[in-house]
Formats: sequence, structure tokens, C-alpha cells
Amino acid sequence: MNQTKNWLIWLVVALAGAAAFAVLALERGETVNAVWVVVAAVSVYLIAYRFYSRFIAESVMELNGKRLTPAERHNDGLDYVPTNKSVLFGHHFAAIAGAGPLVGPVLAAQMGYLPGTLWILAGVVFAGAVQDMMVLFMSTRRDGKSLGDMVRAELGPIAGLVTSIGVLMIMVIILAVLALVVVKALMGSPWGTFTIAMTIPIALLMGVYTRFIRPGKIGEVSVFGFVLLMLAIVYGGKVAANPDIAPLFTYSGTALAWALIGYGFVASVLPVWLLLAPRDYLSTFLKIGTIVGLAVGIVVVLPNLQMPSVTRFIDGTGPVFAGSLFPFLFITIACGAVSGFHALVSSGTTPKMVENEVHIRPIGYGAMLMESFVAIMALIAASVIDPGVYFAMNSPAAVVGHTVQEASQVISGWGFVVTPDMLNQVARDVGETTILSRAGGAPTLAVGMAHILHQVIGGKAMMAFWYHFAILFEALFILTAVDAGTRALRFMFQDLLGTFVKPLAHTESLIANLLATGLAVASWGYFLYQGVIDPLGGINTLWPLFGIANQMLAGIALMLATVVLVKMQKVRHVWVTLVPALGILLVTLTAGWQKLFSASPKISFLAHADKFSAAYAQGQVLAPAKSLAEMQRIVFNDYVDAVLIALFMAVVIAMALFALRVARQALAVRWPTVKEVPAVYREEGGHA
Amino acid sequence: MLKLMRQAVATARLMVGVKDYDAYVARRRRFNPDAPVMTRDEFFRACQEARFGKGNGRCPC
Repeated sequence: MNQTKNWLIWLVVALAGAAAFAVLALERGETVNAVWVVVAAVSVYLIAYRFYSRFIAESVMELNGKRLTPAERHNDGLDYVPTNKSVLFGHHFAAIAGAGPLVGPVLAAQMGYLPGTLWILAGVVFAGAVQDMMVLFMSTRRDGKSLGDMVRAELGPIAGLVTSIGVLMIMVIILAVLALVVVKALMGSPWGTFTIAMTIPIALLMGVYTRFIRPGKIGEVSVFGFVLLMLAIVYGGKVAANPDIAPLFTYSGTALAWALIGYGFVASVLPVWLLLAPRDYLSTFLKIGTIVGLAVGIVVVLPNLQMPSVTRFIDGTGPVFAGSLFPFLFITIACGAVSGFHALVSSGTTPKMVENEVHIRPIGYGAMLMESFVAIMALIAASVIDPGVYFAMNSPAAVVGHTVQEASQVISGWGFVVTPDMLNQVARDVGETTILSRAGGAPTLAVGMAHILHQVIGGKAMMAFWYHFAILFEALFILTAVDAGTRALRFMFQDLLGTFVKPLAHTESLIANLLATGLAVASWGYFLYQGVIDPLGGINTLWPLFGIANQMLAGIALMLATVVLVKMQKVRHVWVTLVPALGILLVTLTAGWQKLFSASPKISFLAHADKFSAAYAQGQVLAPAKSLAEMQRIVFNDYVDAVLIALFMAVVIAMALFALRVARQALAVRWPTVKEVPAVYREEGGHA
Repeated sequence: MLKLMRQAVATARLMVGVKDYDAYVARRRRFNPDAPVMTRDEFFRACQEARFGKGNGRCPC
């Protein structure tokens, strides 16, 4: 009886999902309510979690609740701590959730909401969540080893070195593109810039408080900081409205880029308790709170999706990013579907705190489903605003021009009717002077969020507040990620340089510290600056680079997982990781190849460089360049980007070869050759 | 209800890298009641340093 009831419930879930997909797919000219996207996504998550993740946990991994985890074996109360399942889930989710799932889907909305939704759901179920869970599993079985160490142990030292170099390059690109998102959001916006600038003194105050006045009282200091932040947003509106003060906080893209570069250097050299830690509190809690708030907002408001399900831009002619649906949709939405960077998180602190092996399923697979839902919400937020407004915000000025008149003419020509008045009205509503050409995701998401949240709290009058709240929320946690990431990058540089010049590896040495930090800031700063001055808006160039890099890391992690399954003699189940690994290789290598050798200068760096150097040779200046020197710089940057793509491809191909070799060796014998820590089992009733 | 509150606080603190001090002391003193332990403040600082130290991966993206 119970069994029947059980199946009945799952049948209802499946039918609800199928009905929701039918509504989404059969939409013809009418707007569709966002609730259908939510229902479709949630039913997919439930079914995937209940059936697929259970299959992986029980049949593929054979998780054993009696096998001691590193947290139990090495419990020191500090690094290795057995932690309650729900508490660790929260920790893990906070560690994997960043800006990625908020930006990618917003950019991908140019193809309509349906392609993005389908990829986010399929990607997370079969690739993203599988990767996170597998890496967490492998690391837990190896005393919490990092991804690099696991690659070294299972695939050999050279493979380990190649992975470290790959990770370092990916980190550089991620930090550059994230910083660029912030620059794009703050350019010429005194309100936004003032609010973000205020986070620095607020954080310093909080830092002193937690260090000297009430050490460890995170809760109260965060509430205190939050109140100050809200005041900063409110006061920011007054700053923007005051013609004497507003210019002090109005900056061009390049000025903001330099400020961020300098700030990144200082922030990562200062003691962490002063600036980094308090900003971390604010951004983490604000992030979690806003995600929950947005979910509530969507469910309460039930907004209609204004964006068509599929737009004409699936053919690759879209203004937001170039390239057709395959492969570029799949690299534009990286985080939220599958994110290679999670492989580093899942092999970081979480495996050292898993209380029981069977928790790997909810934490590894479950947390990634939740992150995927964040991506779905971002896609919804981008699709509830008027498509004409969406394209005005996300198209580069080189395409739609510099005035609302030009922009509305161009965009209406694409079939998305919009008037100059509408564009001005939106800008006025959110308290800005212009919303044109703010590609990068953050402003679009902020308009979408303001659109949803003002219907819950505050009405039209609060729209500007909600817009700047959303900008603050994104910029704050992106900047915190950039600071912390710069520190992480510095350690990576020190590790790598230390293999050649020993003293440079000393993390305590001031000279080595400054040198490596300088190197870290300079490397992401270079790409940031290049992105800011890029007339096509930078995101156009950098986001695909980031997407390809991040997906390639996922490819490496999934290949490692595949080899480990082979080494465990689980060949029968190897498709679980092999199929997504091959899919990701196909997508990223195709995208990489097109970025290098496509005939279209819009897609290919080399074709673009050829076009510009040919014109340069004839003494012509091609728009957007304004001088021959700029022409030269564009060509040079194209070559840098092309080399980077080629390097990423080389890394991933090399890893595929390493994986193939080791897998063949493992297949040649009949016993497991995997390098796990020997199993110790819990005794009945006792606790180690 | 109280348990739920406590768990929520523990989750929030762990999200920013601060672990459970009482569990740490209990663990250290499990076999030796006089084992040296860090004070609450020292423990907090150690957690802070560790969070921004080497090999603590968080997703910037």
C-alpha cells in the first residue's frame, strides 16, 4: 500500500513537470508565467535527486555508512570535524554559489528562455551535480586531498603539473571577467559607486569590532554592518541627486578598472581580519538572504516572461555574445549547469567535514541542484523585463549606438519593439541616467530583480532602491570573491614559482608575498583593462574565454572521475562520468576551435586579428579603433586571447591523453588499482 | 525549536569559516582533561586565517 502511494506521488511529480514543459514549449505569441519554469525545474530536480543521485550513491559509488570518513579518523576539532549534514550542506552551498549562475543565464537569455532552461536542467542533472558529487566522493575517500593532488596520485606528476597550470590560468580569467562585471555595473553610476565605496569603511569598522571590541561576535557585527549598508544605499540616492557631490562618484570604465586593480592589491596584502573577513560576512549573508528573497519574490509575484521562448539569435548573430547555439550556449551558461571550479571546492574543506559517507549524496548532488535553481531564477529575472529593454542594456554601443533614439531604432528593427521613452523611463525608475550597453549581467539582473521585488515591498517608489540593492548585492560578493581570489592566485603563483626558485614559495616572506600578489593582480588586471577598453564591451570577448576555461576544468574533473571508476573496476558504470566528460570535451573543443579558426571575425580571434592587421597594412583605421596605434593594440590582444584558448585546449587534450593511458593500464589487470585510503569500518554502536 | 535555532547559527557561522569552539574543546580534552586548548578568541583567529589561507577553495564564479 505504502509502495503504491510512493509511486503515485512520483507519478504526480513527473506529470506536473511534463505539463510545465508542455506549456513552455508550446507557447505561441502569448506570454508565459514564470511559475511554469519553476514547476518544470523543481520536478526535474526532485526526480533527478530521488532516482539518479540514488543510483550513483548506491550502485556506482557504493557509499557505505559504516566506513569511517576523514573527519572521524582525523578529528581534531579544527580542520577535520564531523559536521551535521544540514550545517555542512549550508557551508558547501555557500562555498559553491558565486556570481557565475547569475551572469551566464542573463547573457544566454538573448536566445530566449527555453534553450537556457533546458541546458541548465540537463547540464546539472547529468554533468554538474555528478561532477560535484564524484569529486566530493573521491576526496573523502582520500583524506580530503585536493583536486591537484588527486590528479597527481591517479594520473601522474606531469598531469598534476598541467592541471595546476590550467587552474591558475582559469583563475586569472575568472577574476578578470568578474571584475569587469562590476566595472560595467558602476560605470557612470554615482549611486552604485558611492554604495560600493562605502562598503570599505563599513568593513574596516566591522573588522576592528570583531578583532578588539567583541571578538567572534559575527552575528551582531553583521547586523550592524547590514544596517549601515542599507543606509549607504538610501544615502546613495541623495548623492546621485546632488550635482555637487555626484561627480565625485562618477567614473569612467578605465578609472574604475584602475581603482579595482589597486584595491585588489591592497586588500589581499592587508591582514585578513581587517577587510577581507568582515566583507566576507556581509557578502555571504547578503548573498544567501537575497537568493532566498528572490525565490520568495518569484513565487509571490508570479511574473510573466516577456522574452520569447526562442529568439532568432540562436543562429549566432546575437548582439550579446557571438556564435550559434551549439556550442556557445553551453559555454555561456557554465555555472548553474556545470562548473569546473566546483571541483576545487568539493575537494577543499567540505570532504574534511563529512560526518558519514552517505551524506555525500545530499551535499554533493543536492547543493549543486540548489545552485542550478539560482541560475533558473536569474534566467527568469532576465526574461521578465521587456525584451527591447533587455537588448538595449546588453548590446554593445558599437552595435546599437550611444543614444536611446539610435538604440530603440536598431532594436525595434530586430523585431523587439521599444521606444526611446521606454528606455528613458526604465532608467528613471531605477535612478540612473542611462541603462544603455551595460552588458555583464549585473544591471540586467538588477532591473529584473527590482521589477519583481518592488511588487512585493515598496511599490514603484522603491524600484530604485531595489535596483541599487541588487547591484550592491552582486558587486559586494563579486569584489569579495576578487579579493579572496587574488590571495588564492598569489598562493598558486608562489607554489608554481617555488618549484623553480625555492625562496619564492615562502608565504611568510614579505618580498615573495608582494611579488606574487603583484603578479596576480597584474595578470587579471591586464585582461580587465583590455575588456574595459574593448569597444564591443569586453564581456563579449572575456565571458566565452571564462566559459571555455571553466568547462574545461569540469572536463578534467570528470575525466579523473572516469579513470577512478575504471581503476575501481566499475567499468559497467563508467558511463555516468564518461558521457558528460565526452560531452564537455566536444562542446569546449568545438568552441575553442571556432574561437581560433572560424571564418567570422566576430567569433574568431585570429580572423579578427587578420582583418585588423590587413587594414593596418593599408593604413586604414577600422571602427571601433580611432588610431593606428589602437589598431595594433587590438591585433595584439587578439593574439593574446588566441594563445590563451590554444593553451586551454592543449591542457585539456593532454589530460585526455593521460586519462586514456592510465585507464588502459587499469583495464589490463583484474583488481582495483585505485589509490584510496584503506577502509576502516565503524564498530556497531561505537564511535571512533 | 531551540535546536533548530542553534543549528541555523552553526550553519551561518560555518558559511564564513568559523567552526564550533565547544566541539573543538571537547575533542581536544576527550582523552586528557588538561590538554592545552586555544582560547575562544585564538580559535576564532585561527579559523579566520585558515579561511583565507592556502588551499581553501571557494568558488569565485
